[in-house]
Amino acid sequence: MKTMKMIYPLAFALAVMLAATGCKHQPVGITPMKGVTPPPPYEPPPNTKGDNGLPPEPPINFDTNVIAQGIPAADQTLFGGMLEDTNALAAYTIHFRYDSAAIRDSEKASLQSVASALAADPATKLLVEGNCDERGTEEYNRALGERRALAAREALAKLGLDPMRVRTISNGKDRPVDTGHDEAAWQKNRRDDFILLHPNPNAPAGVPQS
Amino acid sequence: MKNYSLFKIRHGESIQVPTERKKIARSFNCGIIAENCKAPKGRQKKRNNFFRPVRDSVSFGLNPAVKTAGYFRSSLRDVCLPVILAVFVASFAYGQNDQDPIRIVRPVTFGQNPIPVSLDGFSGEVASVLKFDLYVQGFSFVSPDAAQYQISGSNSGNVIGHVTDKVARKEILSRSYAGASLRREAHALSDDIVFAITGKKGIAQTKIAFKAQSENGDGEIFVSDFDGGNPQAVTHDKTIVSAPAWVPGRLALYYNSYRLGNPDIFYNNLATGEARTIARYGGSNISPAPSPDGSKVAMILDKDGWVDLYVADADGSNLKRLTKSAEDESSPCWSPDGKWICFATKIAERRVLAKIPADGGAIQVIRTTGAPSPTEPDWSPDGKWIAFTRQAGEFDICVVPADGSADPVVLVAGEDPSWSPNSRTLAFTKRANYRYTLSVLDVFTKQVKDIGRISGNDSQPSWAK
Repeated sequence: MKTMKMIYPLAFALAVMLAATGCKHQPVGITPMKGVTPPPPYEPPPNTKGDNGLPPEPPINFDTNVIAQGIPAADQTLFGGMLEDTNALAAYTIHFRYDSAAIRDSEKASLQSVASALAADPATKLLVEGNCDERGTEEYNRALGERRALAAREALAKLGLDPMRVRTISNGKDRPVDTGHDEAAWQKNRRDDFILLHPNPNAPAGVPQS
Repeated sequence: MKNYSLFKIRHGESIQVPTERKKIARSFNCGIIAENCKAPKGRQKKRNNFFRPVRDSVSFGLNPAVKTAGYFRSSLRDVCLPVILAVFVASFAYGQNDQDPIRIVRPVTFGQNPIPVSLDGFSGEVASVLKFDLYVQGFSFVSPDAAQYQISGSNSGNVIGHVTDKVARKEILSRSYAGASLRREAHALSDDIVFAITGKKGIAQTKIAFKAQSENGDGEIFVSDFDGGNPQAVTHDKTIVSAPAWVPGRLALYYNSYRLGNPDIFYNNLATGEARTIARYGGSNISPAPSPDGSKVAMILDKDGWVDLYVADADGSNLKRLTKSAEDESSPCWSPDGKWICFATKIAERRVLAKIPADGGAIQVIRTTGAPSPTEPDWSPDGKWIAFTRQAGEFDICVVPADGSADPVVLVAGEDPSWSPNSRTLAFTKRANYRYTLSVLDVFTKQVKDIGRISGNDSQPSWAK
């Protein structure tokens, strides 16, 4: 009984503390519920456009995992009618971790090879196709595949390749190289394919090739 | 009661609390739904419960003071008096900023009992159509003795149907159908049955669009009846297609096709068959979502170098970028008032659902506690719910109140939900043996039926509204 009596003042003190501290700071409009932590407030990504009145940011070192700002896409019409060579750069396909578009250090040699191949022939262009494994939902994977392709384009740009020579598409999970349903297959499917584009000698001159 | 009176005076409202006591107390431990402060008079008859969660849930906002009242009224009163006092102090801290009207809360009841009906006299296609239609709208089939409504009729010649309310002991529907296929007549009868029993418009004569994909990844966009009947190919592109989105109130679709060698967004007028390019920028042009009035289209583009959410006029003009993040936004959908666009994204390494004003502004996260990696949101036409896919190992269909006032409810295994026009049923994709099929789910009874297969993989349903 004695312990029971002790409980009342203790409970009261605890409750007053809760009321005074925990609840007052609850943001308006969010319903507090037992066992539920509201998500942190959204923080917008940092302003990277340099229009915030601050001096421009220093140039970025080679690090494909840090994307400072998107590079606008190349003009699609300049790629119309080009001949696709899927074999030339097939050895340099790069792979990704699950649900990630970050380029791993182990893939940087392949990217360097792609950049060198493009540098060797200025008439060529590049198509990067981002792909995902079969896990994940469809449209989500389509967006993730595009981000993987963009990550490679950014990395190639940092290696000195003109990004206007590179176009990207995402195949989502619609173009697996391995149709298996295990990690070995998924690993192969989470990839960027590099397709070398040659100018089409038969395309009529002066007409947009599309 | 003294404390409760204080509460009443502050807000100048009166609530019949004693009759609601149990419901308030229960709401603490369940998902919470709020309804206007008119207390239900007496006990609801069972047959009126069919659409209750939809009809009665005026708003999901939850006044903390009401929760407080619930505490006070709980059986713990005698033990926790000091706690109650303290909680009241807290309620005043809330009350000062709280402009919301007083609401009574009640639990969301998913997993309701279906309405038992008997079905006699029909055969063949008519019987199977009626069974499918009624099952996915929350009915179950029992013997005439156990039925609350007796459905009888025949389909020798025209379809004839009668419905008798066995509680009120009177016929509430008697009609015959002519001039169409048996299938269409059966759908028309099932809509009349649903209306006679529930007072709500049925879904039997609605359409869906979806993606039918073969093993090599190429696919076409199809439209069909909501149950998969009368499938018709919209595209003949022989390449990757995806994300059909029906323009509300029109015979028109947006979708994504790779037929020009790039993922581009097209608009297809189903009446004329004319397909128009809406977005063909550099990079991927994916996931089109027309606004409820059809005047705008949201989409995911990366022409500026990041995968972001954009909105344009219906024909693709006046393009405006809404988000600017290095993360990948996906699967936009609109609130039915056209003011918000909801989408999936990633914030601080966490996948979330978020919404943004349709003309631009600050992003707000939609709370989906307990539903990790949410994607593929779809806002119900009545504005109350957002259905989405969660990925917790496997995929599940979830719904959450659109204002985030309660935790999501996990319904069944599946992906990519699309609401029916009456905000009661969901079409979704089911993954089994690494293949996709389409299914229809009655949200409140969780009754599910698969739709017949068109191709190797059928997915991405969009319900015509």
